[in-house]
Amino acid sequence: MVSAQDLKNYITQGLACEHVQVLGDDGQHFEAIVVSPLFVGKNMVQQHQLVYQALGDRMREEIHALSMRTFTPEAWGKLNNTL
Amino acid sequence: MDTQELIKSQVTSNPVVLYMKGSPKFPQCGFSGLAVQILQASGVNDFTAIDVLADPAIRDGIKIYANWPTIPQLYIKGEFIGGADIMRDLYQQGELQKLLQEAVA
Repeated sequence: MVSAQDLKNYITQGLACEHVQVLGDDGQHFEAIVVSPLFVGKNMVQQHQLVYQALGDRMREEIHALSMRTFTPEAWGKLNNTL
Repeated sequence: MDTQELIKSQVTSNPVVLYMKGSPKFPQCGFSGLAVQILQASGVNDFTAIDVLADPAIRDGIKIYANWPTIPQLYIKGEFIGGADIMRDLYQQGELQKLLQEAVA
């Protein structure tokens, strides 16, 4: 069974990230926040595609449902300053 | 017609197309249900819904078409907009409503 920590490892192994947070403890449904400098200049579809690419076949075979929000480091910094 | 051509024809001949699991009335997955709710909250009720569970070729083909491994997938005027997460974000920004209104106007 895939854990949130496994998923976090898969993402960080496949994508250079500044911050990754993964929640979910039923082995199938996960929520992720991913902050990466590689997202700069890309739209949301392209950002999510980078995360899916990092997960590769696992997305098809092991992970039933992944909800995610992606941020550039700048957008993430602004968001945290307003919280 | 092969599957990729069929998908292309579906998304370009209808203004708003949602590929989903199940039907708008009976979605078979939480994300598909959320996508339907977001479209309805945006004032769009007559979108084209395609149930991927009813057609394995479409179910696999749609993932290749947009290089996107998950369902639901929303297309507006032939353009891939995103999955449920992106729909939610665009809706919260008010952008999805604008795109939809332009498409069905």
